[in-house]
Amino acid sequence: MLEIRELFAKVEGKQILNGLSLNIGPGEVHAIMGPNGSGKSTLGNVLTGREGYEVLSGDVKFKGKDLFELDVEERAREGLFLAFQYPVEIPGVSNMEFLKASVDARRKHLGLPELSSFDFMKLARETTQKVNLDPAFLKRGVNEGFSGGEKKRNEILQMMLLEPSLCILDETDSGLDIDALQVVAAGVNAMRSADRSFIVVTHYQRLLDYIVPDYVHVLAGGKIVRTGDKELAKELEARGYGWLEQEGV
Amino acid sequence: MSQLFQQRALTLAAQQASAAALSDLLQSLRLQGAQDFERATWPGRKHEHWKYTSVQPLKNFEQADWAEGLYPDAAQLQSQLFVENATRLVFVDGRFNAALSDEMPSGISLFSSADAAAREVIAANLGKVVGSVDPQRRNLFAALNSAWTDDGLLIHVPRNTQLDKPVYLVAVSSSGLSVSNLRVLIVLEQGASAEVIEHFISADQQSFVNALTEIVVGDNARLHHVRLNLESENVSHVGGVHANLMRDASLKAFAIAEGAALKRIDYQLNHCGKGASLDFDGVYLARHEQQVDYHTCIEHRVPHCTSQQVFRGIVGDKARAVFNGRIHIFEDAQKTLAEMSNRNLLTSNTAEINTKPELEIYADDVKCAHGATITQLDETALYYLQSRGVSSEQARMMLSFGFVNELLMSLPQESLRNGLENWLRARFSEDRSLVSDQGSGKVLTAGV
Repeated sequence: MLEIRELFAKVEGKQILNGLSLNIGPGEVHAIMGPNGSGKSTLGNVLTGREGYEVLSGDVKFKGKDLFELDVEERAREGLFLAFQYPVEIPGVSNMEFLKASVDARRKHLGLPELSSFDFMKLARETTQKVNLDPAFLKRGVNEGFSGGEKKRNEILQMMLLEPSLCILDETDSGLDIDALQVVAAGVNAMRSADRSFIVVTHYQRLLDYIVPDYVHVLAGGKIVRTGDKELAKELEARGYGWLEQEGV
Repeated sequence: MSQLFQQRALTLAAQQASAAALSDLLQSLRLQGAQDFERATWPGRKHEHWKYTSVQPLKNFEQADWAEGLYPDAAQLQSQLFVENATRLVFVDGRFNAALSDEMPSGISLFSSADAAAREVIAANLGKVVGSVDPQRRNLFAALNSAWTDDGLLIHVPRNTQLDKPVYLVAVSSSGLSVSNLRVLIVLEQGASAEVIEHFISADQQSFVNALTEIVVGDNARLHHVRLNLESENVSHVGGVHANLMRDASLKAFAIAEGAALKRIDYQLNHCGKGASLDFDGVYLARHEQQVDYHTCIEHRVPHCTSQQVFRGIVGDKARAVFNGRIHIFEDAQKTLAEMSNRNLLTSNTAEINTKPELEIYADDVKCAHGATITQLDETALYYLQSRGVSSEQARMMLSFGFVNELLMSLPQESLRNGLENWLRARFSEDRSLVSDQGSGKVLTAGV
């Protein structure tokens, strides 16, 4: 699904990723944990192609294609999805219009016919219920005036509608109360399948009680310094990151 | 050329006055208007309030036969109207058209058919709001409107009552080179409330429209006033909304205009009673070689009032837009809270926006904030849309649209909101002249 090899990248003149390598197979869930400033969010932004994130060297293959040959929107249409840590508010553009434009673009790319407004409305309404979001949110500006939890659920709503191949959840659990966390986790779990992979970036082991990962990686200093299974997350929760840094790995 | 227009305008006024058995109600208004108009300097580049807007298109009307227009096809008219659940009153080239209109509810009447009570209201208020402004600042075309007034519409809402339905005033200018005048007087007595929507449309013809609305929002009364200037781009429209807000009165105003040969709209809104509040949103669009000009003047004459003004515009191609926002806080108007913001998207190198905040503050204990900016699309929002598969081209379109649609989305009435949104969408689908290409997202490529 995704092969990252020796990735170096910088943002605002500062080198953040220092030779990061990671392989993600179809259907796998990988958790990435690590201290602040280790490059967790940078990874998501580099993979989606955000302006200002400069790749210095290394390569990334996404479903066999050279990811860096693709524009931001082409990556999305290929099935790469980033659930933002801080979803953007776009007043004046209705959530419904935004969702439909996104889904239309993806479907067109897949050679599927556009959904009619009626069918899309129906689908969107049904999906809001799955993430426990009031359908009235569809008529409001994108994320405009949404609470933190509502914004995160709106991200999951987009993920469900777009049916991506690879989903990167960037600290989707931050700022969520336990109810919202369960809604988000249930959404992710419902999406798990043999041909869809996840990268779950988080600070807290708590989320991994609900979304059980196949692999847990520790990102420090811009590269993966340790890989384990879900037990590693528990160890990190108990011991912090200091011991890994001391071990000098 | 200006003299010629002025002469003809005054002749027309005189003809109307002698032709009809004009109500004596209007005589002094007309006389005063004609006098003011005659004395006024014709707008030109040296005239501070007309520096950036050319009245040259009016030259076309100097030689024209200022005939009354033709009535439009009702079906064709229908397709352009969108406000529902309202009392529709249609004026064609300045004349009330009963056949196209709903029945007037009590309190609403033409000046010419006003009963004794209504005549009293007209006598007490007509020309008084316009006349309450410093003579130096009186508007030339407001004076012309008074000089030309031979009928008009009164919307009178008695004490502690409310209009059941919004008034949907549709003003159509129909035929080529027609000249029309519309005068509206809205009077809300103490504790009354109402909603009035003025919608200007036109055939794809040159015509000259002068439309002036005078408003008195009485003590503790609430008015929602909407003015839609959606005529074709060949029209020359000069218009004004002049309001006096009395004690604890509330005015929520919305204005939208697309540019045309000439489009100049003045808002003169006066806080006359303590505790009055104004919430005013405006949108303008200009493309091709259109011009659009909003002059707003908010006078805080008394203490403890608030005004909030948000204007946004998109200007493209070779169009020119003007926003001149004046806030005048009188010496006595302590504890005033006044805010004004004007943001603009410029979508071409040849487009022009002249934005000018004018603050005149004579009180020392007030809060007054203003900002006027040429803005760009939000890079983060662009990235967010693209990260969902939306092309950068479409994302820019959506964000440019959203830049002004944001103000539409807060309109309370659904059919109005949806109708305007569709109108706006149609503007964007015709061409890309309203779409900002700034902040073009670069493709991230792997370096060496």
